[in-house]
Amino acid sequence: MCVSIVGAGMIPVREHWSSSLAELAVEAGELALRDAALSQVDAIYIGNAYGAAFSRQTQLGSLVAAQLGMPGAEAFTCEAGDASGGVALRAAYLAVASGAVRSALALGVEKATDIVGSARLAARNVSLDADFETVNGATLTAMAGLLMRRYMHEYGLDLSHFEGFSVNAHRNGARNSCAMYRNPLRAGAYMRAPMIADPVNLFDGAPDGDGAAAVIVAGSEAAADRWFNPVRIRGSAVSTDSLSLQDRVDPLSLSAVNLSTEKCLAQADLSRENLSALELHDAYTIVTALSLEAMGYSQRGRGWEWSRDGGARIANAGELPLSTFGGLKSRGNAGGASGLYQAVEAYRQLMGRAGDNQITGARHALIQSIGGLGATVATHVLSRTVE
Amino acid sequence: MTADQFRMMRPDRAVGIVGYGAYIPRYRLPGSEIARVWTDGLGAAPVREKAVAGADEDVVTMSIEAGRNAIACAGIDPQRIRAVWVGSESHPYAVKPTSTIVAESLGASADVLAADWEFACKAGTEAVQASLGLVGSGMAEYMLSIGMDTAQGRPGDALEYTAGSGGAAIILGPAEESCAVYQGSYSFVTDTPDFWRRAGEEYPSHGDRFTGEPAYFAHTIAAASNLMAAMNTEASDYDFAVFHQPNVKFPARAAKMLGFSPDQIGVGLLANEIGNVYSGSCMIGLTAVLDQAQPGDRILMVSYGSGAGSDAFDLKVSERIIELPRERRTTADYIARRREIDYGLYVRFRHKLKE
Repeated sequence: MCVSIVGAGMIPVREHWSSSLAELAVEAGELALRDAALSQVDAIYIGNAYGAAFSRQTQLGSLVAAQLGMPGAEAFTCEAGDASGGVALRAAYLAVASGAVRSALALGVEKATDIVGSARLAARNVSLDADFETVNGATLTAMAGLLMRRYMHEYGLDLSHFEGFSVNAHRNGARNSCAMYRNPLRAGAYMRAPMIADPVNLFDGAPDGDGAAAVIVAGSEAAADRWFNPVRIRGSAVSTDSLSLQDRVDPLSLSAVNLSTEKCLAQADLSRENLSALELHDAYTIVTALSLEAMGYSQRGRGWEWSRDGGARIANAGELPLSTFGGLKSRGNAGGASGLYQAVEAYRQLMGRAGDNQITGARHALIQSIGGLGATVATHVLSRTVE
Repeated sequence: MTADQFRMMRPDRAVGIVGYGAYIPRYRLPGSEIARVWTDGLGAAPVREKAVAGADEDVVTMSIEAGRNAIACAGIDPQRIRAVWVGSESHPYAVKPTSTIVAESLGASADVLAADWEFACKAGTEAVQASLGLVGSGMAEYMLSIGMDTAQGRPGDALEYTAGSGGAAIILGPAEESCAVYQGSYSFVTDTPDFWRRAGEEYPSHGDRFTGEPAYFAHTIAAASNLMAAMNTEASDYDFAVFHQPNVKFPARAAKMLGFSPDQIGVGLLANEIGNVYSGSCMIGLTAVLDQAQPGDRILMVSYGSGAGSDAFDLKVSERIIELPRERRTTADYIARRREIDYGLYVRFRHKLKE
């Protein structure tokens, strides 16, 4: 059965000091339901990575279903680190495609500000390899730093070669009211930013924030009867790679990005050239560069070239619009919600409802949600159904 | 009476500041020195340097210094002071009052109220609020309120850059004797704990970025804007504004949000020179302003204490300001009296080395 998105909602990524995990989830869930003019769905799949570690809260399915006014509904959490949002969308897709449920809410939520300081760092580390990475004091940012340094070493690059990715993200995020940091990056600001884990600096890595985003998924036939211009989920794929970097034969090749992209495009019967926009997991610019290589947009060692000239080629008016609402870098990385922010943003592009962030002629958009540094990769292709 | 006016506090009898005095220890620890030790010199310090109490100084000795300056400024007989109140987060003893030692040393004992105030960084201005009531009701002729701290910062913690030593003393009395007359005051208090130190712990804990928007800004902005609404004033009506100053950025941003210009806050913003002196922070900013103020100048002062909220005060400088004794020690004198120390001396002075 073909599957469509018939409604979407998101709240700004912020430090939501006065809202709980459940309150954030309910807010985004209600926005999506209202957008689809529904009060009920058959099932709720929640993308959340750190509820247990940040908020000491699991069983979000039960918690959120009741508060959304759907007691009794099928509801549970899908977890794959920062790819949790992507795999929750995958779960909703599978459930509807199989015919097991008629409609589903894929809802990503993260609440990072319930704890502070080193406790937050430690909590976030639960998605790394506990035995071989965390035990040695690694953080995801530290591992990204190692990966970026290796890439620079192999191809004779320095930090300035990645600047355009961040500049592009902030250029687009400045026009997105849901973005956490709406400041355009001034010339030179990226290179002067304080170092976090050399060479990853403050303006290279995406900021963590609280947020929630949701889409409503339904069978395409029913959707065509009831909703105007539903957006088709034309491809859906999840692939994995080894959790820890040390277990990868070639750390500079994100094989799960390659696999899930190939599977997704094959299912969608599309090629890269058909895609009008990309929402990639730009938690670090090195991940964007390596993703573009693994997807086939660049040869090995040349993914960074898309960042040239302030990211002119990946701007919303460029040949390959990337992070059209600011990406994780500017909109903010709301952990397990990030994959669903991507879905909401792509949905709005394809519906022509992206406001100041609208790209022209959007037909097919690819969204990709990554856990760790390419350990879990969930890829979806969304398509407009009318000309 | 409107809701705004109902919230404002103003005693029946007009009161004001009859004398004031500051104290800052002479030692300065630059932020670059802390960064040298802890971060290989990387990262920008939130203040240029902070004042550090010497090995033989504490809140008692420093309160006596500021109190003496205030009494000399007021030119009054200390025996006529009806209360000596010291607000601090660093009272030297858990049990044994600071204020009795201070009162006795200043010659204010024994017909006197004395109490130690502990109310995060709002302890000093909370004592001022209470003093307004006692003088305003006629129960007391003069009241001495002191905000003074030797603030604690865990070695290597972000607070270590700013946790400074110093403070100010303010003597309240009848308006006709005052160099600055209270127009009104207001207190805004919620349970928003962004910073705390449990009994028996040596160093405080804090909530990182939580200490910004929901804590400092929410309270200082509410206190200032609610008082201004009650007074029917706006930012341009004031010549000076002084805010609690945990660093340079926070008070500057709060001032901007409220519509104050950098010129209005510059004189009272001392964080770059002395750091964050906690209970004494905005009070010593006020002494720097009064040192330069002219008759007719209007001043807004806003304190903030973590988990304690904010006090806001509206003051108008009187003709008496030009009659204050000329030979008194000004806040600028103390800032200029400066000896830079390195991290090693800091460790010795602040007793950081443990057996």
